[in-house]
Amino acid sequence: MGSGCAAHSSSSSSKWVMENGDEPHVLAVDDNIIDRKLVEKLLKNSSCKVTTAENGPRALEFLYGTFNGTGSKVNMVITDYCMPGMTGYELLKKIKESSATKEVPVVIMSSENIPTRINKCLEEGAQMFILKPLKQSDVKKLTCQLMNCKG
Amino acid sequence: MEVGQMQRQWVDYMRSLFMEGFLDDQFLQLQQLQDESNPDFVVEVVSLFYEDSEKLLNDLTKTLDTKGTDFKRVDAHVHQLKGSSSSIGAQRVKNACIAFRNFCEEHNIEECLRCLQQVKQEYCFLKNKLETLFRLEQQIVAAGGSIPMMELSF
Repeated sequence: MGSGCAAHSSSSSSKWVMENGDEPHVLAVDDNIIDRKLVEKLLKNSSCKVTTAENGPRALEFLYGTFNGTGSKVNMVITDYCMPGMTGYELLKKIKESSATKEVPVVIMSSENIPTRINKCLEEGAQMFILKPLKQSDVKKLTCQLMNCKG
Repeated sequence: MEVGQMQRQWVDYMRSLFMEGFLDDQFLQLQQLQDESNPDFVVEVVSLFYEDSEKLLNDLTKTLDTKGTDFKRVDAHVHQLKGSSSSIGAQRVKNACIAFRNFCEEHNIEECLRCLQQVKQEYCFLKNKLETLFRLEQQIVAAGGSIPMMELSF
């Protein structure tokens, strides 16, 4: 059943706020097809536009592409931690390393509640760490921060 | 059978699936995501789960059968299956995967083989149970009724 601390977030939330009232565009990255379908539906239910990617390299390709006019601007990336090849942590680092993308909030999801893993991600600049399986309440929390909802 | 009776039968069946540990809260999350724009969401997700699981189970059977088992590969597959089963609320399958991973870590081939059988069995039980559930749902909808919303009262 659900555990106590399902989500951990860093203190700064100002970068989350979107400039206008449009639907946020979220890039969701997960190698598991079931989890991709689930996160996509959860995000759509929270009025987000969603693009999914099955791995880090494809996610980066899409993200960089949006700067060249392919696809609309990404307002947030949500990624699984455990992925073969490039992990979610490595993807987070790549996003934070590039001046073009470092302002994009990145949320990490994981099925394992490992404090050192969580801290490592938050230290690298992740906005939030969420435990899987994902629930509607987790996603509502995220999107509320993104759209600066009160309460 | 009239709609009210079918709906009560569905509720009783759902309750039993929770009581017996086949499903957990996460399955209710899936149901709550089903709406007019996505009336078959649960069935779609579960179908993806079947496809993905069967591939993983087949691969596990092959990998554990050969000499010099690649435990890293076995663990990776079980991790995937654990993740998917957890995401749809398939509690008993998930728990069987957790036990399996522990033996992978120990490189215990005998126990891994036993765990694989256990996971397969739990998967089969779940598949049968869900097919019964979905059949009940089809009957309710065909009779003009709607599927009740489960409350988390247990």
